[in-house]
Amino acid sequence: MLYKTRQLTDRPYDAIRCNMRSLTTAGLILGPLIALSACVQVTAPDKPIVINLNINIKQEVVYRLDGDAKDLINEEADIF
Amino acid sequence: MLNFVKKNKALTILGGLTLTAVVAAPVMAQRNPAYAAARASGAIGEKPDGYLGYVNAPSPAIKALVEDINIKRKAAYTRKAQETNSTVEQFAFTSGCNLIMRTSAGEKYQTPSGGWETRSGSAPTRDARCP
Repeated sequence: MLYKTRQLTDRPYDAIRCNMRSLTTAGLILGPLIALSACVQVTAPDKPIVINLNINIKQEVVYRLDGDAKDLINEEADIF
Repeated sequence: MLNFVKKNKALTILGGLTLTAVVAAPVMAQRNPAYAAARASGAIGEKPDGYLGYVNAPSPAIKALVEDINIKRKAAYTRKAQETNSTVEQFAFTSGCNLIMRTSAGEKYQTPSGGWETRSGSAPTRDARCP
């Protein structure tokens, strides 16, 4: 028995195509829906964004460095 | 007994400090006269970030002087920050706390809010994080 090269199952060729088409259609419809629901709405704040760089300097760090800072000021008194 | 040890320790530390001061004193370089005059006149002052700032619009000479010192300060802060595993900003800020505290009466310093104040006999207005 001869087989057509494009038909490797018992099912009629059109049935396979139909199934695939419905899958594609479902993907086309569902895809954007999923994408839409995953969207995060971002609204621009009315106030300007202020980034406070001082947040990097914590009091405990200042206390730790205090002795070294005093040493430096004494060592290089011409620039302080 | 405990008191004796405590007293002894204090004496040792005091002795060590005195020795350091005696050894370090000859190495200490002093401010050059132009810089000292600019400080005393109130044209420039100490900022909380550890650098010098202009109180009024500076003359070209004062601008050059301040820029030169600030570059040298940044180099010193950078070196010390590496030694102490801190950032340049952290070390500069800590130095700024000390430098404002060390201003003498009549010299200018910048408050955390950005205004310039003249140092009086009382404690200067500094950042809350200053020791």
